[in-house]
Amino acid sequence: MNDANVKAKENTVKSCWSCKGPVAVAALFCPTCEAVQAPAPVNHFERLGIDVTYDVNTGAIDRLYFDLQRQLHPDRFATKAPKEKALSQQQATALNDAYEVLKDPLKRADYLVHLLGIDVLPEGCNLVKDQAILIEAMEMREKLMMVDSMKAITEIQRETKAEIDDVLCALSLAFAGDDIRGACQLTTRLKYLDKMMGEVRQSRARLLA
Amino acid sequence: MATLLQIHEPGETPNPHQDEANVAIGIDLGTTNSVVAVSSENNVEVLKDEDGNALVPSIVAYAPDGSPIVGELAKRLLLSRPDSVVSSIKRLMGRGAEDVKSLGGQLPFEIEPHHEGESHLVRLNIGGHTMTPIEISADILRALRDRSEEHLGAKVDKAVITVPAYFDDAQRVATKDAARLAGLEVLRLVNEPTAAALAYGLDKGAEGLYAVFDLGGGTFDVSLLRMEKGVFQVLATGGDAALGGDDFDHAIANYFLEERKAELGEVELSSGEVKVALMTGRLAKECLTTADSGEWVLQAGDKTTKHGLTRDKFDELIEPEIKRTIKICHEVLTEAGYDPEDIQGVVLVGGSTRVPAVREAVEGYFGSEPLADIDPDQVVAVGAALQAEALTVGSDTLLLDVTPLSLGLETMGGLVEKVIPRNTPTPVAKAQEFTTFKDGQTAMAIHVVQGEREMVDQNRSLARFNLTGIPPMAAGAAHIRVTFQVDADGLLTVSAGEDTSGIEAKVEVKPSYGLSEEEMSQMLYDSMANAKDDMEARLLAEAKVEAERAMLAVRAALQADCRLLSVKEREDIGEVMDKLIDTLKGTDRDLINKTAEELDKATQVFAEKRMDKGIRDALTGVSMDKLESNVVGDGES
Repeated sequence: MNDANVKAKENTVKSCWSCKGPVAVAALFCPTCEAVQAPAPVNHFERLGIDVTYDVNTGAIDRLYFDLQRQLHPDRFATKAPKEKALSQQQATALNDAYEVLKDPLKRADYLVHLLGIDVLPEGCNLVKDQAILIEAMEMREKLMMVDSMKAITEIQRETKAEIDDVLCALSLAFAGDDIRGACQLTTRLKYLDKMMGEVRQSRARLLA
Repeated sequence: MATLLQIHEPGETPNPHQDEANVAIGIDLGTTNSVVAVSSENNVEVLKDEDGNALVPSIVAYAPDGSPIVGELAKRLLLSRPDSVVSSIKRLMGRGAEDVKSLGGQLPFEIEPHHEGESHLVRLNIGGHTMTPIEISADILRALRDRSEEHLGAKVDKAVITVPAYFDDAQRVATKDAARLAGLEVLRLVNEPTAAALAYGLDKGAEGLYAVFDLGGGTFDVSLLRMEKGVFQVLATGGDAALGGDDFDHAIANYFLEERKAELGEVELSSGEVKVALMTGRLAKECLTTADSGEWVLQAGDKTTKHGLTRDKFDELIEPEIKRTIKICHEVLTEAGYDPEDIQGVVLVGGSTRVPAVREAVEGYFGSEPLADIDPDQVVAVGAALQAEALTVGSDTLLLDVTPLSLGLETMGGLVEKVIPRNTPTPVAKAQEFTTFKDGQTAMAIHVVQGEREMVDQNRSLARFNLTGIPPMAAGAAHIRVTFQVDADGLLTVSAGEDTSGIEAKVEVKPSYGLSEEEMSQMLYDSMANAKDDMEARLLAEAKVEAERAMLAVRAALQADCRLLSVKEREDIGEVMDKLIDTLKGTDRDLINKTAEELDKATQVFAEKRMDKGIRDALTGVSMDKLESNVVGDGES
């Protein structure tokens, strides 16, 4: 066994804060004294216990999230010692963070691009300069500013929704084919479309008022 | 060996709660009425007075010596001695004088002038006594606590208290402070619509997508929840913390006063007369819930006027308020991406949902008859009591709530930068990076606001922080990380640090509408002769919980790995354990802490041996199964 290997193995075990005994780094509770542990330094997918992939099953995410919150939520620790309360809050916070990112197609795409593309795209998604995307976004915004009827807004909403669906489909293919650059571009487009959708909703509310 | 056997006796295992009265109460601290309830094995009892009234009017009268009278009696005094009676105090929790609504140019409260350096929290003068809304609310909570202690025949010091979902941080902190003054430990602040949903979900087995429409005396909330198999997940929430039945009273009173003005000309009103006018408006409102019309008398000064009102006219007067509630419902649904027809049912909460025009509007918008099987005035307290039991006794029920308002920071030009958007599940933590803009800059002022608007002054100011102790560096070189954390109660804490130096910056909190820690201590001291004892009792209880936790941990470790120790080593640990058990029987907090530390030292070698063995096992792959029980994910990292 070489040194690197020893190091890796050592990193999988830590000392439990409560009984001081050995506990796996990724464990939620100490197998000996059952004390809740600090959140493990794992990615969002690992936190919920699912494969690192864009095509997630949202129903499964809900179930896993609820199961974990049932064990870790501060409500389970209301009468426990302050340290346990604090750790449960950290765990529940980390879970919420993972859940918020993974259940949302845009946040999930953004996160996955960063997770997989660290070597390919050190600067992340936002710096991708794509004139076509920018022009498209500006055109759509201009169109939205011109409309004054509910019917026209509904039409724009329908178009935007259709485009979002197309992008989501393309994103799924890009990630499946390990095309991180492509996925990054699509994510940028999705960001604009998502913003557009928000503005459409605001315009609707304005017309309703 | 003998000592160890003794330790493992089941009877000897210390139960962490054995010396505590386990009952925690559920309190709905309302604008108009408050309710207290207790749950035992999911059977909730709403506590009533000898006349059978569950509702305690949230009204406090102060005797000349300052002693409070709460509830029905205070309500009766409102008309005869309005100057020494205060009602609807919830509307002023965590608020400033500028938030108080006037009637005919006159406030229904006597407000003390603001002093330089004080927080902007409003201070009232009631019959010559200066009181903050927090102290007045504490008097109401104390009355509720008394009612529950009388009923249970035991001391009660733990509670779940409900707050409007749309309450901001200042209002939540004020509520928690009031509970502290009343000698109650708040196990959890639960949002009122969420508590109501819990009552419906557990009692009536409601499942699916539900909206809770909660129109109380002074606040309006609407929450959208997904309920299934013991999970209550709030998807979105919205509301107005200053919209409720009080505004209906206000509209009627205003209408009557306009009529009066037309009849008698302009007349100055005292704040007491304003209270009477509002009370008359309230009586008219309640009457028009069943009657089609009526006539009321208004007396102010030496002039009496008569005023008629029909249901239709009343509906017209309150139309703007009702429209606003429906608009907020629409916004909440839209934000969550749902249409009214997606909603399985809508639950009515709060006394103001008795107003027929409100019910019609809700039914009209959601397209289905709303649910009101559980008394809308009591359903929140029922949910609070259920949650209080769940927190103390344990349960599988899961309440997942969200932040009602976005949290942000003031940036250049008075703009707000959002750090945590609204409708984010709690608990949540988000960090934001800042840098210095001057060479050698060592301090930085940060202003935290809550709200959805773009400009700082259109949002609610929560607090100003001064970060000090930043190491002097070139402009732009420091990386100051400010972390915002919102807990399950919806309460915010802020911490800050400088990344490159690792220095933790000091955060000085100046709440914009709250009490400072000194003011709080002074009030605790003033309000309770035994405040110090209470504080000491709490610290002792905490020390005991912690010592028992440590002992259980050592015991579990001994059970798992006692083979690693020699007989002598085992006996040494056993000795300290025995000593700790002995000290735990007493009340010497310092001794308990000291002995717990001794135990920690006595087990250090044992802990090292266990870690060595754990790493050895991990290397040979022997018992990784054991260590990985409960592991998250597949541990690729």
